[in-house]
Amino acid sequence: MPTPAIQFENVSRHFGDVKAVDNANLEIRDGEFFSMLGPSGSGKTTCLRMIAGFDRPTSGNIFLYGQDVSNLPPYERDINTVFQDYALFPHMTIEDNIAYGLMIKGMSKTERYKQVDEMLDLVRLPGFGFRKPSQLSGGQRQRVALARALINHPKVLLLDEPLGALDLKLRQQMQIELKAIQKSVGITFIFVTHDQEEALTMSDRIAVFNEGRIQQVGTPSDIYERPASPFVAGFVGTSNLVSGEIAKRITGSEEMFSIRPEKIHLNMASTEPEKDMLCIDGVIRDVVYLGLFTRYLVEIEGGSDLVVVEQNLKTTSMDVLSAKGQKVRLYWHKDHISRVGG
Amino acid sequence: MVYMLVVYIGSLLALLVNSFFYLEEFTGLIVRQFTLRTYLQLFSPTNLGIFGRTAGMAMAVTIADAMIAFPLAYYIARYASPRAKTFLYIAVTLPLWSSYIVRVYAWKLILAKEGIISWFFQLFGLQGILDGILSIPAIGGSSLSLSPIGMFITFCYIWLPYMIVPIQTALERVPKSLLEASSDLGANAAQTFRNVILPLAFPGVVAGSIFTFSLTLGDFIVPQSLGNSRFFIGQAVYSYQGTAGNIPLAAAMTMGPVVIMITYLLIARKLGAFDAL
Repeated sequence: MPTPAIQFENVSRHFGDVKAVDNANLEIRDGEFFSMLGPSGSGKTTCLRMIAGFDRPTSGNIFLYGQDVSNLPPYERDINTVFQDYALFPHMTIEDNIAYGLMIKGMSKTERYKQVDEMLDLVRLPGFGFRKPSQLSGGQRQRVALARALINHPKVLLLDEPLGALDLKLRQQMQIELKAIQKSVGITFIFVTHDQEEALTMSDRIAVFNEGRIQQVGTPSDIYERPASPFVAGFVGTSNLVSGEIAKRITGSEEMFSIRPEKIHLNMASTEPEKDMLCIDGVIRDVVYLGLFTRYLVEIEGGSDLVVVEQNLKTTSMDVLSAKGQKVRLYWHKDHISRVGG
Repeated sequence: MVYMLVVYIGSLLALLVNSFFYLEEFTGLIVRQFTLRTYLQLFSPTNLGIFGRTAGMAMAVTIADAMIAFPLAYYIARYASPRAKTFLYIAVTLPLWSSYIVRVYAWKLILAKEGIISWFFQLFGLQGILDGILSIPAIGGSSLSLSPIGMFITFCYIWLPYMIVPIQTALERVPKSLLEASSDLGANAAQTFRNVILPLAFPGVVAGSIFTFSLTLGDFIVPQSLGNSRFFIGQAVYSYQGTAGNIPLAAAMTMGPVVIMITYLLIARKLGAFDAL
């Protein structure tokens, strides 16, 4: 097993009584695109700031390729950051912004501007060097911030919700570009986001944060298919959480499980389930026609509701809307449920 | 807006118009006729000396105030706790609540021959140093209060708040993320200060200098109360329009600082000082 790029060893960051990060253990592999996902206040940004060095852990240690960096100032860490607000220096040209790290290192003017031009090509902004940050759009500033960080060839690049301020279309385009740039430079990217779709699209692995704790670490499919806690099941995509009496009726155990709405099949006839299929009867309480698919709210005997999503392969809006109030049988493969404990 | 035009611009225009009249030397009457001869008088050695002396003092005061104010403003903006910040802010602006003339006279006493400063120098046996400073030609004098040095000290004190406040405002407007970004890109504290903080706070310094420079340029109370008998612009204007009754020359003399300040403001605007206010 090669040395991890970043390793957290029992890292905590407390602000008075508030446990921003509580006893986090984490390994981020060399060269991977790693996302920290969670709602605001979940501790993901604090983790990022501790990796960058803007914040120090109250206890525990952080290692960068095996070296304990917990108490090093940011300027002594081989890590660079793309800030949420980009943090471009307003009094400098784009060129000088990107060359800043090289200038600090004492590189000659000709050499650093040569590298700046290469970087501007990489982020597809050739010829923008002489402008000021205020003359650029949000998306362009974002690329400059990326170039300014990458020009230093850091061991790890941190990205703090860098796409948050962009509109949807630009965001999707940047997601693809970021991923491509990460592949071409081969640097470990640590990406902080609250957008689960973004995390699922771009990451090799994801850590889901909630209330200062790491809930689960895994590949996007692990996180989606096998959520380890009710929180992960609810935060990443939509999920049906079933527990207690109804869970016992379906699986024979009261333990809480989660099932994704698209994994549930809806059958108007009460056919017997095939092998390895689980089933339960219910009544369609509500139907939302969404064009590509339809969302049903099915009430199960005993009170609980399940959300079911079906693609409109053959059905029309007339068909699905008339299904309201009908008795149905829901069934799904037993492998598609994920025990979430609790 | 109309009020502004009539009262403010109007009086400035009256001033401008008056400066193009002249005083008939024999009759002592003002001749209301367009002429540039009053302006020509400005170029007499005495008047040029007055301009040079005043502008030199204004520049010296501005530079000294900037140097004193920056560390103070930096401390208030970046290191003081919120409570200490409020306290320091009040401490900086508190002198402005008291009468300016009272403060000038207070300094006159502090700097006097038997004043507290001389007393301190004597107490520590440093009388020689004080005498040495006062014997410097052009800026020395018989005592601190009767020398340009004393005037300089008083000016620096009086206008200091006007320098601290804009610098502090400019420093507080520097987003924390820029400092983090600089540090992130490998700059230590000194490099961040030189490359990020100082250039971004500079418009604040320029904004403050507008006050310290123009206020010194136009002041006549301090030169009258302290220093030697050499005139400053304010005093000259005061005496020309008063006892001498030479309104046109007083007006022309006033146009000097007005022109200097307009030029200064144009440069300051280029340097972004107005965004820092």
